[in-house]
Amino acid sequence: MTLDAIRENRPLQTALGLVFGVLFGFLLERGGATDHAVIWGQLLLYDFTVVKIMLSAVIVGTLGFHLLHAYGIAERRVAAPSIGTHLVGGLIFGLGFGLLGLCPGTVAGAVGRGSLDALLAGVVGLLIGTRLFASYYPQIHPRAARAGPLPWKTLPEMLGGISPWPVIGVLVVVVLALFWVLEVLGI
Amino acid sequence: MYDLLLAPRWSPYLVGAGIGLLIIVSFVLSNRPLGASTAYAKAGGIISRLAYPQTDAMDYYRKVTPTVDWQLMILPGIVIGALLSAHLSGTLALEVVPPFWEARIGGGVVLRWVVGVVGGILLGFGARWAGGCTSGHGISGNLQLSLASMLASAGFFIGGILVSLALFGVPSDLGLWGFL
Repeated sequence: MTLDAIRENRPLQTALGLVFGVLFGFLLERGGATDHAVIWGQLLLYDFTVVKIMLSAVIVGTLGFHLLHAYGIAERRVAAPSIGTHLVGGLIFGLGFGLLGLCPGTVAGAVGRGSLDALLAGVVGLLIGTRLFASYYPQIHPRAARAGPLPWKTLPEMLGGISPWPVIGVLVVVVLALFWVLEVLGI
Repeated sequence: MYDLLLAPRWSPYLVGAGIGLLIIVSFVLSNRPLGASTAYAKAGGIISRLAYPQTDAMDYYRKVTPTVDWQLMILPGIVIGALLSAHLSGTLALEVVPPFWEARIGGGVVLRWVVGVVGGILLGFGARWAGGCTSGHGISGNLQLSLASMLASAGFFIGGILVSLALFGVPSDLGLWGFL
């Protein structure tokens, strides 16, 4: 079976989605990220578990992704950035992140560990919120995309179209230094 | 190995590296990044269709089709995976009001539900506005060095930090605050 045959096999992809979800949910729960206390601890800047998980995933993932991309195996899937779409949308998300103490992935994980708050407030709210956005999408999306668009899609592009590798090198060093500082501070 | 499977907590670095590997495998086998919030949009569309048959004709659902597919199945997958993890480590337990909330705000179920559901609505609305959430932008997008994802991630944390400080106050002797 070639890679393309796997990628175009819809029933197989649907099953793979479930498998990826199971592994993702297991890891989120085991990392403590499905616990409201860990998320709020991060947002109150005294428990950096969430940042450690996210940045470790970014470091490992960016090395793998860019290797795959260099060999033509993975396509880059990024949006055209704008302040109106990404920063404003992100801030609205952030308000909900603080009120609920979970995010969309960890809401599902918290349901799995037994949180009724995640099910009856989180999942219900997320379904209402996404459906509400779908109704206003034709009005919001074009306006948001026109508000402060950026002419580049990626950081290497913004830096003058350089190779991603020096950017990745700097990123790895900065993140490892941050991890070291967090461990020294014991947070 | 067996001890690791039963341990209630793994190192966040180990968990993060595992999620990074998972996303690499996802790019290989499915040619797409891992994200969670699209699943809610799809599920919401499927439910909406029951009461409102024109759902499929809406602009948004023409782009994000309300179908049972890879992106939707991530959601039940996460629930099952977390359940499995909590069961194996013996931490699976029903919880109504989050203990963190109860200790600081109170045990009232109605107040917590109202705040939580408003939070969930803003999460869903904001995630679809920004085109992704903490997994789609925060991890999968940032690792592609996407500027859109960096802007969105800044928004997630700025908003989340401000609201959490407003709700719970500054924990003046903890974490970064202890060094000020």
